[in-house]
Amino acid sequence: MDEFLVKVLVVGVMVAILAALVGVPMVLRKNAMLSDGLSHVGFGAFMIAMALGFTPLYVALPIVILVSFLILRLGKNAKVTGDAAIAMMSVSALAVGMLIASATGVDVDVDHVLFGDEMLVVENAEIVIASICFVTAAIFYVAFYNKIFAISFDEKFARAIGIKVDVYNAIFALICSVVVVLGMRVMGALLISALVVFPTLISKLICKNFKGVVVSSAVVSAVCLVVGVLISNFLNLPTGPTIVVCNLSLYLVVWTLNKAFK
Amino acid sequence: MEILRCDNLTLAYGKDVVISELDLSISEGDFLCVVGPNGSGKTTFINGILGLLKPKSGKVILNGFSEKQIGYIPQENLIDDSFPASVFEIVLSGSLNEGHNIYNSEIWERAESVLRTVGIFKLKDKSFGEISGGERQKVLIARALLASKKLLVLDEPSNNLDQKSKKWLYEFLEKLSRNDGMTIIMVTHDLDHGNLIGNKILSLREKDVFFGTTKEFVRKVHNG
Repeated sequence: MDEFLVKVLVVGVMVAILAALVGVPMVLRKNAMLSDGLSHVGFGAFMIAMALGFTPLYVALPIVILVSFLILRLGKNAKVTGDAAIAMMSVSALAVGMLIASATGVDVDVDHVLFGDEMLVVENAEIVIASICFVTAAIFYVAFYNKIFAISFDEKFARAIGIKVDVYNAIFALICSVVVVLGMRVMGALLISALVVFPTLISKLICKNFKGVVVSSAVVSAVCLVVGVLISNFLNLPTGPTIVVCNLSLYLVVWTLNKAFK
Repeated sequence: MEILRCDNLTLAYGKDVVISELDLSISEGDFLCVVGPNGSGKTTFINGILGLLKPKSGKVILNGFSEKQIGYIPQENLIDDSFPASVFEIVLSGSLNEGHNIYNSEIWERAESVLRTVGIFKLKDKSFGEISGGERQKVLIARALLASKKLLVLDEPSNNLDQKSKKWLYEFLEKLSRNDGMTIIMVTHDLDHGNLIGNKILSLREKDVFFGTTKEFVRKVHNG
């Protein structure tokens, strides 16, 4: 197997598992649009970095993290509801990214940024950052799993018993930002939220308890990513869409079986 | 023994004052029903008690326990019934106010005990979505009982419940307050029941706030 493909799979699997872990509380709390909004912001940040001649990762990561916190903050404002805050930020970032790309004539294939290109993922720094984030997030998830469950199930009760929900929300946003920026290369800016959403939706059809959904989501996400990357590589298809179609196909199969055996 | 006191409590969202200069005191084993029309401030009052809304002025004083140790029971129909969680997972989460992150065997035993108290031990491994609305309400009560031995706060618990489940709920709560000394604050729209159960009432109407015993309230209503 080619070295670049191994690197794609290593980073991809870590990002896919991270996306699934953060996706479970986000999807179950009907907050999945945050990942979609952040992916648009990631595109804008990527374009700005390219135009300025910086390594995209080092520019996009802090920008996306910053914007994710801003969205959380704006969402608390009674005059800008959560989904409106996400929409406002995502379209603005997309517009700014396109304008900068157009004005500077930056030499980037926009299609690859929007829909993914595994060839772009070869930087060792990304493997290091992905590994650090993966291990940190996994430890956080295991250590505070029960509180993550409590917040996901009933946020008001969680607040009432003294769980610092806002801190957890900030950590989810942080992990989501990392997922978006690291996963954007393989999946593409417009498709990265599939890694956050599909595994939970599939697992919700399979498992009836939270622990089952968390474990199943991580497995489903990693398997779909590996299968998608390999298929796209062998059949010379675009990577992001292939991974999304793998997820969609699995969702439809599980949904059909679920209906048939109910 | 006094368990909760509101001193000159004013609760507001920004400049909108919802509850103004409220004084009340409830004792161990009291059963307080909070009644009033929509928008009168019933849920705001609960948020103030739970510490989720800081008073604009005045204070809420809890005797011998913190806000975290209040057993809160939300409206059952506000919880996503398709949420993938087992009954036991939900009930166990009631113990998280004790500061731990992992459940030990003692907490498991206490959780099983409250499931038996509420009569749903056999549903322990069932999914929240597989059980009826009345049973879901019992799960939320069990979670609150694990969180608190002193004070339960219920926000319109009879919403969406059939008559049989309502009857069980009110009898269970009365027994808890009478036999176990549990203090109960219950927001209800069910005025008939509000008049019949509990020993104290807080009636919130714009200019006409009443706090007193149920008997005093009935007398006041009859006398116009």
